[in-house]
Amino acid sequence: MRRVRIIDTTLRDGSHAMHHQYTPEHVFNICSGLEKAGVYAVEVGHGAGAGGSVLQFGLAKHSDRELLTAAARALSRSKLAVLLVPGLGTMEDLKLAYECGARMVRVAVHCTEVDVGAQHIRLGKELGMEVAAFFMMSHMTTPEALAAQAKMAQGYGADMIYIADSSGAQTPHDMEARVRAVQKEVPNLPIGVHCHNNLGLGVANPLAAVDAGAELIDGALEGWGAGCGNTSTQVVAAVLHKMGIDTGTDWYELVETGERYVRPLINRSLEVTNEALILGYTGIYSSFYLRVLEAAEQYGVSPKLIFEGLGRRKVVGGQEDVILDVALELQRQKEAAVS
Amino acid sequence: MQKRIKVGILGPGNIGTDLMYKVLRSPLLEMSVMIGIDPTSEGLNRARKEGVVASDQGIDFLVQNPDLAEIVIDATTARAHSEVNAPLLKKLGKIAIDLTPAAVGKMATPMVNMKDCLNEENVNLITCGGQATTPIVYAINQAVPVEYAEVITTVASDSAGPGTRNNIDEYTRTTANALMKLAGVGRAKVMTIFNPAIPQMPMRNTIFCIPKTSDFRIEAVIQAVQEMARKIQEYVPGYQLTVAPVIDRGIITTTVTIEGAGDFLPKYSGNLDIETASAVKMAEMFAEKLLKERGEVA
Repeated sequence: MRRVRIIDTTLRDGSHAMHHQYTPEHVFNICSGLEKAGVYAVEVGHGAGAGGSVLQFGLAKHSDRELLTAAARALSRSKLAVLLVPGLGTMEDLKLAYECGARMVRVAVHCTEVDVGAQHIRLGKELGMEVAAFFMMSHMTTPEALAAQAKMAQGYGADMIYIADSSGAQTPHDMEARVRAVQKEVPNLPIGVHCHNNLGLGVANPLAAVDAGAELIDGALEGWGAGCGNTSTQVVAAVLHKMGIDTGTDWYELVETGERYVRPLINRSLEVTNEALILGYTGIYSSFYLRVLEAAEQYGVSPKLIFEGLGRRKVVGGQEDVILDVALELQRQKEAAVS
Repeated sequence: MQKRIKVGILGPGNIGTDLMYKVLRSPLLEMSVMIGIDPTSEGLNRARKEGVVASDQGIDFLVQNPDLAEIVIDATTARAHSEVNAPLLKKLGKIAIDLTPAAVGKMATPMVNMKDCLNEENVNLITCGGQATTPIVYAINQAVPVEYAEVITTVASDSAGPGTRNNIDEYTRTTANALMKLAGVGRAKVMTIFNPAIPQMPMRNTIFCIPKTSDFRIEAVIQAVQEMARKIQEYVPGYQLTVAPVIDRGIITTTVTIEGAGDFLPKYSGNLDIETASAVKMAEMFAEKLLKERGEVA
């Protein structure tokens, strides 16, 4: 029977949608459910990863240490994972995560910049962690160029390659092409995918990736996450089960955990809104979603125009500060048009 | 005629070559010698074309010809500077301006603390982010005491060399350290983003400051920042205040964008231009002091 492992990121990507307000209690409860359901790993922390609590993305209510310690108490079979974005998170942050019980790190780099993460990948291996090279915004490069980056990551010691569709901008064909290209270049490393639902393809894309050979899938309970959310963990687990693929999880336990502990936290609709669709279509990083909606309201300008302005400036993950420029510029234009 | 102070450059790579063209323009500096270790170096050829003495004999050439420079700008590597160049320059009694991350000498930036560094024998340029943002945080901190400063720097991928990319934590730490020590804020955090977009984007720095008090006028902050930006523009013409300080929910946000002068390095690499332009500005400040002491300022 074919196997696909599931990594749940409700407690990391979902943190964006929560404005980083998770408490140790939320973390403990959700981790307990995920442990019982048997997911391969659980990613915990600020939406921008370890050390990500900064003004640029919003401050976390609780520190990495508090959240990771609560997670470690609940997990034994499932691995505790952290995301680390080099340039933001440091090797000190990674050591602290390890101290708190993290045994997997996903070193997240823009899809063309893996050398920036070489030191962090090596440190993860030195600490004895399982290390994924996690390529963000993978729609912004070609499958071949992505595969070349994956090869470099393998050279630094990465155990697996993650292809992240951070904008939810890819179609199933795009996904498939990237998985195949990476597989061809690094046939020995397992490949995972991380998808968002902005084009309504949050479950279809990972299935296309699995068809092409991916062995790991990211999800979030109830589909909670940046943009209009991630792949729903319980949906993808149930579908894979139905396809006769072993995920090692009890998908019904995932449903229960989502319903009991995540659903009550969700304060807005996770449908594919027009704004999320525009975000996905223009290929803007999903964590910009709520920040753009807020800026649009504050400055009285159209969120659609902000997304388009960001698209023209070719912003990558982390550049949330550009939202203010674009909103101020649109506000000035609007005032000039009125007067 | 105005006397000039002789300047030597170690490291005829892209940075060294850009430095040379800036020194050649200076009314206070004489571009006296360019020193490398590779006889086929393009930078050494360019120096010869400008009529500048060029040598591929490394710093030994300066040891044998010590009168060729009073001020030496080092654009080699951290290791070469700390292990070889810095001790030798000290022995020769030369003023060293260090662009490498070696951090042998005092961290300096022209508009914040350079006047206090004129008796130093070795000063270093911090980092590009440090040169770009320390003066702004310093200016804000003069207008209202700042408890926490955060800097988000985005540069074009093509403008970031392996030195920065492979040592990003060290870069981050050094820049944050400069914000605390030079700008005088209690806590600082730095984030760096590499953007591969083509055409390449100029360097961009967004600076968040949390003031210690709400008892201040944002107009005073804006004025202080505008004044600082104007002073920097005198030696970095492409230094632009993209978002003048705005306050929202108690946080002061400022964005500066830097386009290079395009002397040798491409214009988008404002992050490198602010390093070379600051190094030359610092050399001029040293030169002015030396000339005054000798009664040779016009």
